[in-house]
Amino acid sequence: MGVSDLKSKHVPLKEMSYEPKELFRGYTDRVLHINLDNNSVNIKNVSPQMKEKFIGGKGYGLRLLWDATKPETKWNDNENEIVISPGPICGITQYAGAGKSLVVSISPITDIVIDSNVGGYFGPFLKFSGFDALELQGKAKNDVIIVIDGVKNTVTIEEAPAEEIDSHILAEQLTEMYSDSPEPRDMKNISVISAGHAADHTMIGMLNFSWYDIKRKKCRLKQAGRGGIGTVFRDKKIKAVVVKAAGVTQDPNHVADMEPIRERGARFAREMKELDPHQCRMKQEGTAHLVNIMNDYNLLPTHNFKFGSHKDADALHSRVWNKKFTQGMNDGCWIGCTMNCAKAVDDFVLKSGPYKGQAVIVDGPEYETAAGVGSNMGIFDADTVIELNFYCDTYGIDTISFGTMTAFAMECFENGLITKEHTGGMDLSFGNIESALELIHQMARGEGFGKIVGLGVRGMKKYFHEHFDADMNFMNDIGMENKGLEYSQYVSKESLAQQGGYAMTNKGPQHDEAWLIFMDMVNNHIPTFENKAEALHYFPMFRTWFGLMGLCKLPWNDVEPENNAETDEPAKVPEHVDNYVTIYNAVTGSNIDKAEMIRQSERVYNFQRTFNIRRGYGLRKHDAQPYRAAGPVTVEEYKSMEEFYDRKMKEDIGVDPAGKSVGEKIAITRKYREDRYEQLLDAVYLRRGWTSNGVPKIEHMKDLGMDLPEVIEVLSKHQ
Amino acid sequence: MDTVTVNGNVIAWKEGMTVRNVLDEMKYSFRLLIIKVNGGIVKRENWDDFSVPKNADIKVIHLMSGG
Repeated sequence: MGVSDLKSKHVPLKEMSYEPKELFRGYTDRVLHINLDNNSVNIKNVSPQMKEKFIGGKGYGLRLLWDATKPETKWNDNENEIVISPGPICGITQYAGAGKSLVVSISPITDIVIDSNVGGYFGPFLKFSGFDALELQGKAKNDVIIVIDGVKNTVTIEEAPAEEIDSHILAEQLTEMYSDSPEPRDMKNISVISAGHAADHTMIGMLNFSWYDIKRKKCRLKQAGRGGIGTVFRDKKIKAVVVKAAGVTQDPNHVADMEPIRERGARFAREMKELDPHQCRMKQEGTAHLVNIMNDYNLLPTHNFKFGSHKDADALHSRVWNKKFTQGMNDGCWIGCTMNCAKAVDDFVLKSGPYKGQAVIVDGPEYETAAGVGSNMGIFDADTVIELNFYCDTYGIDTISFGTMTAFAMECFENGLITKEHTGGMDLSFGNIESALELIHQMARGEGFGKIVGLGVRGMKKYFHEHFDADMNFMNDIGMENKGLEYSQYVSKESLAQQGGYAMTNKGPQHDEAWLIFMDMVNNHIPTFENKAEALHYFPMFRTWFGLMGLCKLPWNDVEPENNAETDEPAKVPEHVDNYVTIYNAVTGSNIDKAEMIRQSERVYNFQRTFNIRRGYGLRKHDAQPYRAAGPVTVEEYKSMEEFYDRKMKEDIGVDPAGKSVGEKIAITRKYREDRYEQLLDAVYLRRGWTSNGVPKIEHMKDLGMDLPEVIEVLSKHQ
Repeated sequence: MDTVTVNGNVIAWKEGMTVRNVLDEMKYSFRLLIIKVNGGIVKRENWDDFSVPKNADIKVIHLMSGG
């Protein structure tokens, strides 16, 4: 069916015209609110206090979600929202990585706020259309498409029964449908948010944000992957949100002073040109350059995080991805990004599922995907990784969670906690490619064991225990989730700081708050609890700032200035930090310094912690980690590094391992490591200005200027 | 046995040992590195030729990368 036929089946439910509003210094100071319960479309003004305290991006998302929901609101209640906000710097084209959107919602798998950042053109186009944020609330009766037309200045809600659900088709259909012509110059002005069939049937649905690649003449997809926001999207019966922009001018943000932004952007572009080929090769390999490096450092998760390296890991080596990725293309997921790390595999012929035999473009795999659906599931086959990457994307599920969940199910299978009787006859041994593919197709069809795996690790633990009488203690030890979110793909056993970097996060164990493994485990730079606490204060706050601005983190530290080694704090990349302070001031006309940058983040970070507490979470007990994240659970794991663990027992614990059974040694190691983690919590809470139960102190909130009445009301019950 | 210390780990020193040999020995394949030998920075272009003296204190500082 052609797009005109598809469109002819649309049923208009609402059309609203709005007054255009140009951006001024990065802001429109307006929010677009859509409620699908009654098809209302409203424009709200942003208050000066909201702008000052919450800045934009994730900050705006949290503020709006707090106001829209009650403490007891569940993910599938009508009032739950999906809030998409880009942030004030988003949309500039003179500095790399300035096209990010932040998406927040109440998560189906954690029951707390999830935030997920994503590239693609939607965020910038939303701003250019006149809005700093989009709130999606309520539920439609039938599948709808929401269209924000920034050219005509209209917002429409249309029932749309005929389009495909899966993203690789739907994004193409809608880009063509709403473009002024099939010419690339017009197609590039459309961006689409969509999910896919598996988001209908699992708790790990994600959102694809499209951008039109004018060189390939195809839609590309970037993902807001974590925490099941795609599941919320489909529960609201949203098939897609489309935004149409008039185009991109030199200065759509109407910044206060363009010259410093240009100068810093040109400086960064030179670094990419001259240094990236000798450093991370982001332009050739993207984040997939890390696979073999993580394997070398025993940090690449294999077999459900049991091990950190594998003899077959060369099959996923960066040189493999270098050949698979099409080279020499402009792979920036926003205009002007000189990092160009959004790599793609072109003309990949699928070997399974509904699109078997078709040649498709696959965005990625990035490191997390290669490790998640590859090594962690015991799969060391690049083409299978690409196939699973494609299906995760088009079906609308998160590659990281899919990998960690499937790896957990595989370990349960190999340990006899579940059998073929439970899996519908599937052999779920590690490395079984056929079963891995069948699982993902079952998730899309909403049937079989795939639907059970789609509950997530926490959901599976409960289900396996209740229905199959599986050992809960063992599953709690090996189930790599914290707060209900599946771990992303780094082995944290030998880095106490990273254990905190994962399990002390606000949303659950995603590495975007803190990645401290090298600093801690390899460099030995942060040996004391106080050192680790300082790192677990600074880096989560610094990294939060990218999410307030609509910026990508990768240009901060995936290429480094030539003189970075000579600076006082090379791990912070001071020149790039200065770039960001300069750009923020140049966009907004403010005059902050790098200390205020951290305070901006601290306000929002502590607000998010308070949001979790308001919902009955966010306390010390919720920062507990599965023991697999901290040390060897099984005899097999201990024996794989017995000499190392024995040495650590002698040196660190002061216990002679001689004559002890492996079981005894595991128990001694565990007691020591669990105690160290508790001491880390104490140190970090102290540094962050929190009580020993992990609650922000009211005094600290006053110091930050974040003593809002509704915040104090929540915190005062826990001081 | 003559030794050098790399990030707190003691390894054997060999005659003519270069910074590159140290990286290979430690399996340090990451590329965003700052290397200091007895407190002095060794620039990347000298890693293949810079001879490490015995008993040297070598810091191989790994920076951060990835999403």
